[in-house]
Order: sequence, then structure tokens, then C-alpha cells
Amino acid sequence: MKQGKLFYYIPYGLWIALFVIAPVVLIVYQSFFNIAGHFTLSNYATYFHSGVYLKMTFNSVWYAFLITAITLLISYPTAYLLNQLKHKQLWLLLIILPTWINLLLKTYAFIGLLSRSGSVDSFLTFIGIGPKQLLFTDASFLFVATYIEIPFMILPIYNAIAELSPSYVNASRDLGASGWQTFSRVIFPLTLDGVKSGVQSVFIPSLSLFMITRLIGGNRVITLGTAIEQHFLVTQNWGMGSTIGVILIVAMVITMLLTGERKKKGRTRHAK
Amino acid sequence: MAKTIIEFKDIVKRYGETEVLKGINFQIEQGKFYTLLGPSGCGKTTILRIIAGFTDASEGDVMFDGKRINNVPANKRKVNTVFQDYALFPHMNVFDNVAFPLTLRKVSKKDIRTRVLDALKMVQLSGYEDREINEISGGQQQRVAIARAIVNEPDVLLLDEPLSALDMKLRKEMQYELRALQQRLGITFIFVTHDQEEALAMSDEIFVMNAGQVLQTGSPVDIYDEPINHFVADFIGESNIVRGHMVADYLVSFAGHEFKCVDAGMRPNEPVEVVIRPEDLDITTVAKGSLTMTVDTQLFRGVFFEITGHDDTGNSWRIRSIHRTEVGAQVGVFFDPEDIHVMRFNESEEDFDARLETYEGEESDR
Ligand SMILES: Nc1ncnc2c1ncn2[C@@H]1O[C@H](COP(=O)(O)OP(=O)(O)O)[C@@H](O)[C@H]1O
Ligand SMILES: [Mg+2]
Repeated sequence: MKQGKLFYYIPYGLWIALFVIAPVVLIVYQSFFNIAGHFTLSNYATYFHSGVYLKMTFNSVWYAFLITAITLLISYPTAYLLNQLKHKQLWLLLIILPTWINLLLKTYAFIGLLSRSGSVDSFLTFIGIGPKQLLFTDASFLFVATYIEIPFMILPIYNAIAELSPSYVNASRDLGASGWQTFSRVIFPLTLDGVKSGVQSVFIPSLSLFMITRLIGGNRVITLGTAIEQHFLVTQNWGMGSTIGVILIVAMVITMLLTGERKKKGRTRHAK
Repeated sequence: MAKTIIEFKDIVKRYGETEVLKGINFQIEQGKFYTLLGPSGCGKTTILRIIAGFTDASEGDVMFDGKRINNVPANKRKVNTVFQDYALFPHMNVFDNVAFPLTLRKVSKKDIRTRVLDALKMVQLSGYEDREINEISGGQQQRVAIARAIVNEPDVLLLDEPLSALDMKLRKEMQYELRALQQRLGITFIFVTHDQEEALAMSDEIFVMNAGQVLQTGSPVDIYDEPINHFVADFIGESNIVRGHMVADYLVSFAGHEFKCVDAGMRPNEPVEVVIRPEDLDITTVAKGSLTMTVDTQLFRGVFFEITGHDDTGNSWRIRSIHRTEVGAQVGVFFDPEDIHVMRFNESEEDFDARLETYEGEESDR
């Protein structure tokens, strides 16, 4: 019986070992070697002493934050409205659908839309505003990144709202809460777990975006993702690339801790 | 007479094609304990939801304190609900749950504290204010839900099968407590249950419902002793219901004999149904019995024997007797004229009440 159970864990265990643990160990290991292959701590020294890397880190976090914030602002009301609709499963499907299309493909589609003489620009010219530089701006970068991340934010929030028992809302109204009070005191706190998983699944990948920063942002926004890519593929400085990788992993862990199991703390705070 | 606080005027509720409330009329007086009693699906919850404002009536007027409130939102009604699933907010502890309605308005921290502690004391939960909702038992959650609903001092408290999730013993305890709480607070309770014993034990007034209609309204004793029809008689407690016909006023015929009774006002020879409660029947000798019965089964129930049998004309009888008998024996079944209750077919509650008026004056002890 016990052995039988163990057997089912083998694929999972292998997967974790080969594709999660091993790469992380390798990255950490690599980060202690310089370009000449000698063991050193200099990569970390460089990272913390060069303003460039710190600025990149700040940029990554800042843009990831912006993307997450905008996505959340759009997604929460959308998820909420979606739950009120009649054919909500269908509408949800329409929102999930774009995630099935390859990311690169969507990005190229946006290049077509936003480029000079692209559809959007022509339209702006037509109504007398344009032509405008759309591609390779911060705004277009944020716009496209947000567009791509929105389904990942909507989905967990949608589920959290769908699972919320309507009797909580009724109880709140019954006890005298206005619509807004009901939202802020009951609905939002009770769907916070959905928001947290949404934030996790948007913020963490956004930290290491590099393709969109290049293709849409025109490398005006340099993030850690871009830096890693450059070190591995261009400068061949795997040690430095790995160091930044480690930094990213640490950042992700911190994000997880901040958005993850905070129930205990939340509880005691309430008790006051 | 106490002031009428809630009134339903011809309330109809439809979901699509189906009519779940078919013209409900009633008046709720201030300070009494009311029970909506009926089988599952008969529309009890729907009535509460209409009073609380969670759903609209398709037709008719809901009056509160003399004003029509059909369009008043739930949060503006002086009515609070104890939900069937309690609906305690899981992200707040006991104190915050009870304090919730107070924190919505400008009540000072100090006042909130006093009132919450008072409410918790009222439901015998002093000392539990710092517990989390998932750290207390079902019975305690129930009390928290009640405390939360009364802390705002509503005029009316609605309770939707609040005891159905509790075990038998706790249930009985809570019946006493709820009744006592209602009398202490002096506010109107509208209590929903499908359990007739619960309804009889707790209420000032019972509304017996079936299939979207109120069949009969009255005190527990009235409804138990004088059910209006077969459904009510059968639903409220156990009863023997046999067919017969009215010979004349105060004389009814069933089981092949004529019996004196205390009912009147029917047409001569009108077919009727006769109800006699099992505890009103006594086992005696054939000679002394009102009618003769052959015993089919006998079960010892502790305080009494539950005996079933059949008479010569094929009616079956259920009797609660303190004396034992033998299966297969011929025994006499004895009852008094007062034990017989005669019901007409398809008589409305209005007609029933009107008919009672016509002769109850003469028969003052009824
Ligand atoms: N939202 C709804 N949509 C359709 N039918 C409903 C809805 N709510 C209740 N009903 C129907 O209305 C009837 C009465 O329901 P309810 O008032 O909950 O009964 P009770 O509380 O007496 O068990 C039931 O037949 C139920 O199926
Ligand atoms: Mg119900």
C-alpha cells in the first residue's frame, strides 16, 4: 500500500528534482564563479556596488508593481461584473482565450498595431490627433504587459468571488451595511486570497519580463530579465547572469512571503 | 391588542413561471413569537427574504409599521436575520462579528464594547469575544449569529431554521433559550421551522403553510386541537383521521356509529373528516368502549404504549395508552365528545373561523 503510493510520486519527484531543484542549485552554484571560472564573491559585490544593477532592480520592481497595480485595478471590477452575468462561464472563456495564443505572436500583433503607419496610428491620424510615436514608449510597454497579464489576475479573483457565499453579502446588507461598506468590509476581505494569488501570478513573472521590454518597450525599460538574457547570450558572463538570477529568485520568494500565508497575522490584528 | 408591525397584502412571488407564494396575507403584531411552519419547499424562506428585503414580491404590498416598504433596501429595514447557515464573517472574530452592525454607524468605541458584551451576555457567550469563528462549536456560532442580529436592537428578528443544524439535546436547550430571549427582549420573532414540535413548543402564533399558501393561523393549542383540514391535522402531530358525515349539529357519524360531538354549522349529511388525537383515545373493555377495535401492534414507548388496530369498518386507529393490551385482542376504544374534531372538505380559514363564531358562543368551554 505504502509502496504503491510512493510509486505515484515518482513522476512528480523527478520533475521537481530535474526542473526546479537542479536549476536553482546550478544557478546558485554558477553565481559564485567569475567569467574566468574562478570561485569568487565578486559577482555579488559588483551587483551591490554598481548603481546600474541596483537601478535595474529598482526598475524591474517598479514596472512590475505598475503592471500589477493596473492589472488589479482593471481585473477586480471585471471579475466582479463577470460573476453577475448570466452566461458567466462563456464570458470567462472569452477572457481566458487569448492566453492560449503564443506570447510572441501576440507581441508581434501589437507591433503591427502600434507601429508607425500601424492601425492605431492611422486611426489617430484620421481623427486628427496623430501621427504619434506609440511603439517603444513606457506607455505601450505597460499597456501590452498589462494586456497579457490581465487573464492571470482575473481568473483567481473570479474564482474567489464565485466561491463567496451570497449569504455573507445578504448578512452584511441585513445588518445595515451600504453597498460600498459591504464591498470594503466583507466582499473584498473575503476575496483577498484570490487577489493575492493574482498578484503573485502577475507580479512575479513581470519582474523578469524581457521580451516585451525589448519588442514593445524598445529596451527603454531595462529590467533584470533583460540583464540576465544579455549576460547569458551576449556577454557570456554566466556567473553575473546567475547572480542576478539569484537576486530575482530572492525577490520572488519575498513576494510569495508577503502575499502568501499571512492569515495568522491578519487574525491577531483583528482581535485588537 | 398589540400594534401591527408587519403586514403582507396579497403577496405573490414567482420565479419564472412557477408561483412559489400564492397570495399570502397576514399580520404580525409587535412583541410576539411567530412561527412559519411547513414542509420543505413550501415558501417559508421566501417569505423571510421578502420581509428582510433580499428579494422582491412579484405582487402585493409589504407593510412595515403602516408604511409600504417594497422598495426600501435591506440595509434600511429595521429587521435583522439569523441565517440558516449563520453567515458569520470568517475573517472576523466573535467580537468583530457582533460589533459589525455598530461599526457601520457612528457609535463610539466605548459604546460598541458595552453593547457587544451585553449582547454576548444575552446569549450566554461572555468571555468568548476573542475567539475566532472556526474555534467555536456550531451551537456557539448559532449564539453569535443571534447576538449579532440583536445588537442593533431591531424591531423584528427573522430566524430561518436556526436550530436545524444542532443535535437533539442542544436543540431542545436552544428552544427554551430562544423563547426566553424573545420574552426578555420583547421584540417580534419570526421563526421558520419544518418541525411541528418545535413550533408548538415555542410560538405565540403559528402559520401553517403548504405549497405557497398559509393554511391556518392560530395559537399552538388552537391549531393542535382544531386543525382546519387533513393536511394541518396530519402535519401537526399524529392523528387518527377517518371519513364520516355530519348527521346534525353536534352529531357525527363514522365507523358505523353516531357520536355526539361539539362541532356544528355544517349541512345535514355533509361528508366530513373526523380527527381524534392518539392520546385522547383510551383502551377499555368492549362493553364500555365507544367502538370496538382489534389490536394489530403494540410498542412500548417508555411513558406509554403505542397501539395500532382496526375497527369493523376498516378504519385504522393509533392509540397512546398507559395500559397494555394483547396483540389480536378485541378491545373497546373510548373517547369523549370533546375529543372529536370535525373538519369539512375544502373549507377556507375565513369560513372556518366564521363557522366557529356562529356556535362557539353557546359552547363556552371550547
Ligand atoms: N432563486 C430561486 N429560483 C427559483 N426557484 C426558487 C428560488 N428560490 C426558491 N425557489 C423555489 O421556491 C420554493 C420555496 O422555496 P423556499 O422559500 O426556500 O422554501 P422553504 O424555505 O419553505 O423550504 C421552492 O420550491 C424552491 O425551489
Ligand atoms: Mg428554507
